[in-house]
Amino acid sequence: MYKNWWKILGSVLVIYTAIAGILMGVPRLPIINESIRNLYFHVPMWFAMIVLFSISVFYSIKSLSSKSEIDDIKAVESVNAGIIFGLLGLVTGAIWAKYTWGQFWSFDPKQNFAAISVLLYFAYLILRNAIDEEQKRAKISAIYNIFAFPMMVVLLFVLPRLKDSLHPGNGGNPGFNSYDLDSRMRMVFYPACLGWILIGYWIYTIRFRIRSIETKQQHN
Amino acid sequence: MLTAIQLFAQDNGVEMADRLRSDGKIYVVVTCIVIILVGLLAYLFSIDKRLKKIEKENTGKN
Repeated sequence: MYKNWWKILGSVLVIYTAIAGILMGVPRLPIINESIRNLYFHVPMWFAMIVLFSISVFYSIKSLSSKSEIDDIKAVESVNAGIIFGLLGLVTGAIWAKYTWGQFWSFDPKQNFAAISVLLYFAYLILRNAIDEEQKRAKISAIYNIFAFPMMVVLLFVLPRLKDSLHPGNGGNPGFNSYDLDSRMRMVFYPACLGWILIGYWIYTIRFRIRSIETKQQHN
Repeated sequence: MLTAIQLFAQDNGVEMADRLRSDGKIYVVVTCIVIILVGLLAYLFSIDKRLKKIEKENTGKN
């Protein structure tokens, strides 16, 4: 958490993907045209969110057995950071949708379920706010988190595949998975995902460190 | 596979931002984005450094 090397790596990767993402070649596809480059920015937001929420549920489970305040702080600050990326993913997806497919929000299953997933985690924060006592707050919100995480996974990955959808990767549309992705794009896309995951993790660690100091000062 | 390679060589008529590239204006876009990113990342680094200082003071006090 205090080392610099992975922060520099994340920064370099993100800057690389911004440059290569604009300058390198992409497939010439109708309707989506150049905006296919948004893949390098919109999708990594979601990967960063999922990694952060995974960290959160891990520390939630750990806090149930350890009863440690540190684990609880890690759980909540990773949700705080993850929500930022989820919101960025929703907004960038809506803008991309408007200019490529005509509407900001087409009530498409993937869009709806992604929004609901983020709302699930807002509910986690509201739940925490409603409980004053620390130990109880940690325990109850940890249990909620343990339900919220698999629900989010199902909403994002399982349900959209079962329905007709406009979103790439669902409803029979060519997706951006390993079978449909051009190898030039893969050279930018994978580093982008790693880079943004590292940046997201960095933001979480900063939040955690600030909160840690605040709680220590409170106890003194 | 061979036909796919040949396809890479031709402009298949789909509109892309070719004008922006031939004008060289695409580099304006890249420069702006990189400036924004470098600025934000520098901000993150500076917050991180400030935090490290406070943490050191805190462990020094205890």
